[in-house]
Amino acid sequence: MDVVVWVVEGTWRACVRAARTLTPPDANLVLLHVTASDVPGAAHGAFAGLLGRGHPEHDPGHQVEELAEAAAEHLLRVAAEELGRPATTVNRHGRPEGEVIAAVDGADLLVVARDGDRSRLGPKSLGPATRFVVDHAPCPVLLVWPEQAPDLTSIPPPPPHR
Amino acid sequence: MSVVLLVAVLAFAVIRPRGLPEAVAAVPAAAVVLATGAIPWSHAVAEVERLAPVVAFLAAVLVLARLCADEGLFEAAGSLMARLCSGSPKRLLGAVFGVAAAITAVLSLDATVVLLTPVVFATASRLGARPKPHVYACTHLANSASLLLPVSNLTNLLAFTAAGISFTAFAGLMALPWLAAVAVEYVVFRFFFASDLAAGADGPPMPVPDRKAPTFVLVVLGLTLVGFAVTSPLGIDPAWAAFGGALVLGVRALVRRTTTPTALVGATSVPFLVFVLALGIVVRAVVDNGLSSAVSHLIPTGGTLLALLGLAAVAAVLANLINNLPAVLVLLPLAASGGTGAVLAVLIGVNIGPNLTYVGSLATLLWRRILHQHDTTADLAEFTKLGLLTVPVSLVLSVLGLWAGLTVIGG
Repeated sequence: MDVVVWVVEGTWRACVRAARTLTPPDANLVLLHVTASDVPGAAHGAFAGLLGRGHPEHDPGHQVEELAEAAAEHLLRVAAEELGRPATTVNRHGRPEGEVIAAVDGADLLVVARDGDRSRLGPKSLGPATRFVVDHAPCPVLLVWPEQAPDLTSIPPPPPHR
Repeated sequence: MSVVLLVAVLAFAVIRPRGLPEAVAAVPAAAVVLATGAIPWSHAVAEVERLAPVVAFLAAVLVLARLCADEGLFEAAGSLMARLCSGSPKRLLGAVFGVAAAITAVLSLDATVVLLTPVVFATASRLGARPKPHVYACTHLANSASLLLPVSNLTNLLAFTAAGISFTAFAGLMALPWLAAVAVEYVVFRFFFASDLAAGADGPPMPVPDRKAPTFVLVVLGLTLVGFAVTSPLGIDPAWAAFGGALVLGVRALVRRTTTPTALVGATSVPFLVFVLALGIVVRAVVDNGLSSAVSHLIPTGGTLLALLGLAAVAAVLANLINNLPAVLVLLPLAASGGTGAVLAVLIGVNIGPNLTYVGSLATLLWRRILHQHDTTADLAEFTKLGLLTVPVSLVLSVLGLWAGLTVIGG
């Protein structure tokens, strides 16, 4: 059984915990992180907008790229330790939602954390990237709460009938 | 012909073939408009006389920012943001807004883009927060938080000279527009990045370096600001305050061998300063040869609120079509006859407008797309959506703030 665990800043711990406790002991686990290219892209762009400043070596985008690379490696290393089971770590680059979909092609399960409104059970439960992944994943998806889920009383009342 | 030369100069500056400095195209272009008589010598001399002090002022601010960076001011800002947010991405965004707005205002947008952005990314990722909202905040605030002081943006220095008002009057009139623009950005960011900010900062244990704020640097910066305020009423050019601040930090850094004379000269970006002068001459030639009469009927006149809104809108559109630097050079001579209000409305337009695209103008965007200059590109649709949510509202509220200031303080 091939299981991909999507490791994202802020919510990764719950996914790792779910993978450790809910998947069969012989499952092949992959810890997947995507380094978003739009963040250094925005820094490159802001520098390009400063017309006439020259000095491409001052472009903050390069520094952000290096920092992002180091941060991703660190996060995956810590996630692998936390998992405490044999796993492969993969860091991809690009649009996170697209890269995750491509990475789970042929996998048997994708573990994803809910990252929308976490104050209650109910709508708007997923951020845009997670929404896209859940909508487009070519395999079963395990959606986990980043922390203890709120109880049923947190569900908002249904909208009034028209 | 002048228009062709201007387009060539701007295209060269955006493409930068073989990494050549922008001045390589701009200086010969300025020489051509002079040699062919497209601009009379007297106009060119007047243009250089007008721009030279502005450019010198800018050089002093650039050196000041570099020296602050050498002294660890930006790392200290990173530590401060990390402490203030105590692990909450929402509070981190607030801290990033405060720090980026202050640094942009005092040390110019260049400092925020080049020096603060990597520090903000590092701070967010050390905390384990998703870095995107915070990095995007830096890129947006570099533009919209550059409204406050004449030193915050090169466009401001140009408008400041054109308006002929004191440093404190400028800051007084632009305080409300600045606050309005920053507030709009904050509200939109909280809403736009709600899920990234709610994701928490479950950071892998990564030591956050605790850098103390360099007290000496902060004192010198504070005195420089006081200098800006007191020089104007005394009839002294506030640029001297910037020179003074740069001189104190520069001499200290040279004595302590934390910098070299070469590094200090490098920080003034001489090719950039030459580029601005040459661009000014080429733009003046274009304005003299028909652009002013062609555009003048597009420029709203009169000091009414509606006229100010119209001016800011025209300026924002032009800044997006070309870039805000040539846009402000074109519009200032036309707006100057409308008084302080008109000049500052143009400034609001050219400073906030570039947030519509992530590279500051459609021309730059087009070239970068054509040339595939970077393998990593920002998500265009998302960034444009963010721009559409912030720019029009910021423009309107900032112009309202300016109008209120003009009514209360007077232009």
